[in-house]
Amino acid sequence: MEILICMKQTFDTEEKIFIQNGEIDDDGVERIINPYCEYAVEEGIRIKEAHGGTVRLITIGGAEAEAAIRTAMAMGVDEGYRLDLTDFPADSDEQTTSECIVQLIKQKQIPYDVILCGYMSIDNGTAQVGPRIAELLGIPHISTITSLTVDGRQVQVERDVEGDLEKVESSLPILLTAQQGLNEPRYPRLPDIMKAKRKPLHRMKWDELRVDVQMIQARTKKVAILPVEEKETGQILSGTIKEQSQELIRLLHEEAKVL
Amino acid sequence: MGTANNVLIFADIRNGTLRQVTFEAISVAHQMANGGEVHLAILESLDPNQIESLKQLKLDRMWHVDHPLLKTFNLDAYVETWVHLIDLLNPDVILTGHTALGRDVSPRVAARKRIGLLSDCIKLDTSSTYEFVFTRPIYAGKAYVQRTITKPPFFVTLRPNNFVAHFDTSLDQSIEIKTFHPNLSQISLRTVVTDVVRKVTSGVDLSEANVIVAGGRGVKSKEGFAPLEELAVVLGGAVGASRGACDAGYADYALQIGQTGKVVTPDLYIACGISGAIQHLAGMSMSKTIVAINIDPEAPIFEVADYGIVGDLFEVVPLLTKEWQRINR
Ligand SMILES: Cc1cc2nc3c(=O)[nH]c(=O)nc-3n(C[C@H](O)[C@H](O)[C@H](O)COP(=O)(O)OP(=O)(O)OC[C@H]3O[C@@H](n4cnc5c(N)ncnc54)[C@H](O)[C@@H]3O)c2cc1C
Ligand SMILES: Nc1ncnc2c1ncn2[C@@H]1O[C@H](COP(=O)(O)O)[C@@H](O)[C@H]1O
Repeated sequence: MEILICMKQTFDTEEKIFIQNGEIDDDGVERIINPYCEYAVEEGIRIKEAHGGTVRLITIGGAEAEAAIRTAMAMGVDEGYRLDLTDFPADSDEQTTSECIVQLIKQKQIPYDVILCGYMSIDNGTAQVGPRIAELLGIPHISTITSLTVDGRQVQVERDVEGDLEKVESSLPILLTAQQGLNEPRYPRLPDIMKAKRKPLHRMKWDELRVDVQMIQARTKKVAILPVEEKETGQILSGTIKEQSQELIRLLHEEAKVL
Repeated sequence: MGTANNVLIFADIRNGTLRQVTFEAISVAHQMANGGEVHLAILESLDPNQIESLKQLKLDRMWHVDHPLLKTFNLDAYVETWVHLIDLLNPDVILTGHTALGRDVSPRVAARKRIGLLSDCIKLDTSSTYEFVFTRPIYAGKAYVQRTITKPPFFVTLRPNNFVAHFDTSLDQSIEIKTFHPNLSQISLRTVVTDVVRKVTSGVDLSEANVIVAGGRGVKSKEGFAPLEELAVVLGGAVGASRGACDAGYADYALQIGQTGKVVTPDLYIACGISGAIQHLAGMSMSKTIVAINIDPEAPIFEVADYGIVGDLFEVVPLLTKEWQRINR
């Protein structure tokens, strides 16, 4: 089984967000594997454990993303590709990300039966990149999966659809996006962390893709990044619980006017 | 400020009726069209009574897309049909909800047509020098980005409950409903839905509710949700839950609010026994008014709350129900 994972590195969930000169300040932030990509990595490794094969991974990111790639390798990924878009001469968006990943797959002839993505990235959060890759490769996708069974070339999936559970059948090759509940990602063991350092990691610059910048550049444009307005400190009520409850209803009715 | 000549909306349907987000898209469409044409495309079988009422909506045309393959959701058939309609109508704006349907279909259509897509938008600005500027939350709601599209068509998905819904039925003449028969004979259906287990019970749709009473691990049991349900009923709202409550088996995952669950923007969100983890806040921090009820005065939920009660939810929640009933009598 040929398994391919598209994984993104993101800020740690606990990081506070600061804006510097109109950009998100990434100075000294803790970074992690995007949590939904972590489920994808774990599931890819489990497919290999059950059916044999190779698990490969693609990350678009700068040098700092290699920490995430090594962690995924310590979990069990065999081989990694990091594509650096730092010097890309135009704006990039989800169109750029997905076109670049597809070009990389084609150029390096990376084989795949299953492609696993996160359902969304917790920073950009558009949930676009997975389905876009599937469309560009001409394969089906199933999103927000919470359970997966691969049986020969057949796949059976359970997915979360706004709380409802949908059972879907399809066949390989397919792209799947991982939702929480799919699995419990493992912690890498120390010997595996050591071994991961020697696993093959291929680094590429965007110009090695030999793509037409016009074709893959962003179709959307950033106008501004804005902070979330500091909320005025809320009002903690006082008095007996009964008084507080009465006061709360009055405030919701008369002050906030939401009742 | 820009104007669009031709706006196409893809409807989102649940249980035979249009979801509120479709009406919200209609009002955004009118803001963007500013006199241009607004088209609404409906793919699933809609209750015939609703079709009649929609004839009065302020729309230029409704497209009823009729094909046996579209009676229930199938990804390939939907993508193909959306592409057909876009090719036919050549809209400069395409709108749909950022719902399970919109999230699945819109990126594939955007990739096929190699066009830009702004997902999960919460605000439209028409006063900028750019044509249209949309705002969307990033970093789990810890910042916003404003983006525009460089070349039409503008393809946008809207987060439910963030735009004013349009129910204007002031037309004195009913609009024409055109039936569109897509040619789907060539496509193969590569994914097949074999079963749907509905967990979302009837009542108010969580992502569209104006009032939500949500419980967390502090509710302590399934039975513990009963007073929350009573409060929700008297306030005309819906019950939601944190991941903590769902994981513990107190509530069904269908009720989960947050990054992994539903993203909600009600007028009033009452968080009972919820600590306020970042993944939970990602799903509710944009609610207009937030109330926190928690025994721990240090709980992070108080940082986003407009009103807080430090106390036992089992004491407070029934008192709120009683008080609202008393003054409403
Ligand atoms: C990738 C990922 C995605 C996630 N997605 C989501 C998501 O979508 N939604 C989500 O909610 N979480 C999500 N989580 C989990 C999240 O991190 C928290 O674990 C979860 O929100 C905690 O739920 P809780 O607040 O109910 O429980 P707790 O954190 O245990 O808080 C319980 C609270 O109840 C209070 N309490 C106890 N007894 C009472 C009482 N009698 N009266 C009043 N208050 C009381 C306590 O003081 C405490 O503050 C996600 C996590 C990850 C890693
Ligand atoms: N820079 C990237 N490198 C590799 N995969 C990515 C990247 N950005 C997004 N993806 C994949 O697409 C998914 C959805 O991301 P997004 O569309 O940003 O919400 C992620 O969970 C990844 O699987």
